[in-house]
Amino acid sequence: MILRIGVMAVLAAVVVGSAIGVVYARQESRQRFVELTRLTNERDDLNFEFGRLQLEQATWTENNRVEQIARERLGMVSPTAAETVVIKR
Amino acid sequence: MTVRVRPPSLRKRMSFVVMVLALASTALIVRAVDLQIVRKDFYQGEGDARHLRDIPIQVSRGTIFDRNGEPLAVSTPVEAIWAIPREVLDKGRDQLPDLARALGVDVESLTQRLTQRLAQTAGRDFMYLKRPVDPDVAEEILAMHIPGVASERAFRRYYPSGEVAGHVLGFTNVDDRGQEGLELAFDEWLAGQPGVKRVIRDLRGQVVENVELVREAQPGRDLTLSIDRRIQYLAYRELKSAIISNSATSGSMIVLDVRNGEILAMVNQPSYNPNARSGDAAYRRNRALTDVIEPGSTMKAFTVAAGLESGKWKPNTPVDTTPGTYLLAGGYTIRDIRNFGLLDVTGIITKSSNVGAIKISLTLPNESFYDLLHRFGFGEVSGSGFPGESPGFLPPPRSWGPVEKATISYGYGLNVTPMQLAQAYAALANGGRLRPPTFVKGTLNPDVEVLSPQIAATMVSMLETVVTVGGGAKAGVPNYRVAGKTGTARRATGGSYESRHVSLFAGMVPVTDPRLVGVVVIHDPGGGRGGAPYYGGLVSAPVFSKVMTEALRLLDVPPDNVQNWYTGSPDGRPTIVPPPPAPDEASDLSRYEEGVPQ
Repeated sequence: MILRIGVMAVLAAVVVGSAIGVVYARQESRQRFVELTRLTNERDDLNFEFGRLQLEQATWTENNRVEQIARERLGMVSPTAAETVVIKR
Repeated sequence: MTVRVRPPSLRKRMSFVVMVLALASTALIVRAVDLQIVRKDFYQGEGDARHLRDIPIQVSRGTIFDRNGEPLAVSTPVEAIWAIPREVLDKGRDQLPDLARALGVDVESLTQRLTQRLAQTAGRDFMYLKRPVDPDVAEEILAMHIPGVASERAFRRYYPSGEVAGHVLGFTNVDDRGQEGLELAFDEWLAGQPGVKRVIRDLRGQVVENVELVREAQPGRDLTLSIDRRIQYLAYRELKSAIISNSATSGSMIVLDVRNGEILAMVNQPSYNPNARSGDAAYRRNRALTDVIEPGSTMKAFTVAAGLESGKWKPNTPVDTTPGTYLLAGGYTIRDIRNFGLLDVTGIITKSSNVGAIKISLTLPNESFYDLLHRFGFGEVSGSGFPGESPGFLPPPRSWGPVEKATISYGYGLNVTPMQLAQAYAALANGGRLRPPTFVKGTLNPDVEVLSPQIAATMVSMLETVVTVGGGAKAGVPNYRVAGKTGTARRATGGSYESRHVSLFAGMVPVTDPRLVGVVVIHDPGGGRGGAPYYGGLVSAPVFSKVMTEALRLLDVPPDNVQNWYTGSPDGRPTIVPPPPAPDEASDLSRYEEGVPQ
């Protein structure tokens, strides 16, 4: 009899324990999900920022613009064949 | 105590109670089964509908890079302002002027749009007021707290190269889906999969809690193209200036890397800016792939290759082109630019003799000539995967009479795209091995032999004479050996040829170990007026030269023609000897140019 009560008590404790475990796991998963969402948003925002910066860089380094500045403002020219020296080893 | 009637036996009472209880619990079980199993979906749905929402997770479209990692198409987040017309008109009417000002429209048209939408959809739907909207503006609008107005994240695609790469890249629509060009061809790859997350919302629609991820968002993947932005820009600049200075109507240029079939540059004129599309849809056509031309004399390289392959002709086999005309069956007379007299097979290429090409072609069986052209990719899409690519047209050999075969030998009576021409010349440059062109860097792109390496090498050295002593001198690149072929074709319209021309040049450089193949096609130089130069060697060849000069420097291709201009002086210091000036006189060059069939 005592044995049976003991078994029941243990089983009851296990059931309660697993119930609490479920609740805990659920809560944990929600918290993690919230954290994940926050980090994902942060990552996305950083990616967007990066994209914007890339775009800005690409606009500044646009070949047409670089060429114009090089030629007109800095007075640069492409070396002609006559000004090129080929070094042979 | 009165004596009662004898109560029912204990046993009967027990069984009655048990029966009632059994019935009750059966009813409970039935009800439970009904709720939990039979009508579970309905109740679950009703319950969830009251607070659970699946909302999409927006993903951005992948970036398109050039081969050096320079961005060519970038998505940046913007906001899309939307409204529920009924709510705005009912509750937010007095705020409409503010809203209209923030959106940059006038109140009347905004009200009208809302009313119209309301009437159309019986007040059930929502509508986009404006997209894309700058994030700052969107914030300002949301701060007004107008009932029924909200915003969602959207993406806008920017093309930093603008017009320069417009045709290759194509563009996307407001929903960020590819509409043309590579944006369309690689839409699946670039677009990604929006994710779905389940959230709990309160009565006002605010997200109280994120519950779970239903489907993970798959961001769009990036794409690295074979295009080199610098060479693309060079080609764009030189083609555009040639089109303007020759008052031509349109044109295309392609630069291919011989070693892997990668397309380094592909430009067309007229072009358009994919960031601000407007105007004629014809401007958006990627002519290098969608438009066909009759290739004219650039085809003679393949006629001669077929001749060499047949074994009936050697590079030094004499061909008498006297008197410089050839009478085809049906009364067509085909002319050379002048009477070249006795030439050899190499001379037919050098001087671009139509008569010589005809004489070679007439010794070839239809099937073997067709087979060679077909092997070089004519008449079939190149496999670049570009949407709307034309396969051109190569008539089947059964239908060839002597006239058809003769006209094909000098590049008429078949249609090719500039891409096919570039691909075929790249095969000659690649030792007779054809490789389908590709837009994606690092594509596994095996080549197949379409011509024996010996014949291909012979063809390349024949084509070099076009630049050294023939009509292609203006294609020359200082310090490099160039091989190529000029072409000038009359434009066909409605069954006859008019006095408008297509000027072509197809070439490769450096001859010692060809690295780049370029094709330049310019339509209508001189705008159809007489007098203006229209020969391929005068109009298209200089574009090739200018682009290749810079491209070879950018790609660090070692010069293979140094001894012609550089000699060391006795004290070891280099003496710089400028290259001899290229012959400039048009009359001089046109002597070598191909005759244009009348």
